[in-house]
Amino acid sequence: MMDDVRTPPFERFYEQHKDAVFGLLAARLGRQRAEDAFQDTFLRALRAYPDLRHAGNLRAWVLTIAERVAIDAHRRERPTAELQEPESWDSRPPHAELEHLAAQLPQTERAAVVLRYGYDLDYEQIGAALGSSAEAARQAASTGVRRLRGRKP
Amino acid sequence: MTTLPEHLDRRFRDEAASAGLLDVAYDFTDSPIGTLLVAASERGVCRISFDPEPERELDALATAFGVRVLRAPGPVEIVRRELDEYFEGARREFDLQVDLTPLPGFQRAVLEELVRVPYGHVDTYGGLAQRIGKPRAARAVGGALNRNPIPIVVPCHRIVGATGSLVGYAGGLERKEALLGLEGALLT
Repeated sequence: MMDDVRTPPFERFYEQHKDAVFGLLAARLGRQRAEDAFQDTFLRALRAYPDLRHAGNLRAWVLTIAERVAIDAHRRERPTAELQEPESWDSRPPHAELEHLAAQLPQTERAAVVLRYGYDLDYEQIGAALGSSAEAARQAASTGVRRLRGRKP
Repeated sequence: MTTLPEHLDRRFRDEAASAGLLDVAYDFTDSPIGTLLVAASERGVCRISFDPEPERELDALATAFGVRVLRAPGPVEIVRRELDEYFEGARREFDLQVDLTPLPGFQRAVLEELVRVPYGHVDTYGGLAQRIGKPRAARAVGGALNRNPIPIVVPCHRIVGATGSLVGYAGGLERKEALLGLEGALLT
């Protein structure tokens, strides 16, 4: 990460990460429920922001908050939860949680989902990493997410 | 790449402001003398800037007031409205609190006195120096005005040289002339 160690003004932080946060939440909760979760995530981040001791990896920090918010949302709506919830994932970074969650997907889909939503790479980058096109990466991630959503709790 | 829908972006900015979580809220507004950045802390207007360079402004605001700086139209709406009215000639005094807390004492004293110079009138650097009880500090007064963070509302355009020449203005002499012209105070 290229973040300055000094905490940047919140506006800059928010602009840099808002799309990634919404993308993660939409993938985890669906677009509808992602709306409230998005507000919740950035309000939590805003409350904690002045006390941040270092700004080395703000993307990981805010995606972790988003994951916790998504987990809370699932807990509240347990019977209709779309995704399974590993017991120990509160303390793990988003990519590790996604790797766990996506473990049973076919390899390419799994890699595309984790790279897309765990590491926030764009499809160009994912395509390059998988040795395929951006379009193929997009399809793999989208099929993977649909497959995860279809899984029964 | 998923893009955040605009209504959600707006909603977050509104909620952040109304929850009282911001050190500074800011937005941009159009005026006859160009786009202005307008910022407010919880104490009042804290910055109006000509030709704003957003990245630099953000850093400066964060350093002076705290890192929770966010573009949020709500808290600065009243400032925008009063500026609009002023530029339309419908307002002669601003009913706004200003936040001068991060400024050094001398500059604050100068700017607080400056607010008393009424619409359509001018005073001189020396005159203002006298009014704050430092008659020999005309030059330092000039420096304090030059770094005025809240031009227009804190009307440094109303201070001119002893001979009536405009002398200088951080936003450019053309703007100073335009503001004095608007107020009907332009000297020939």
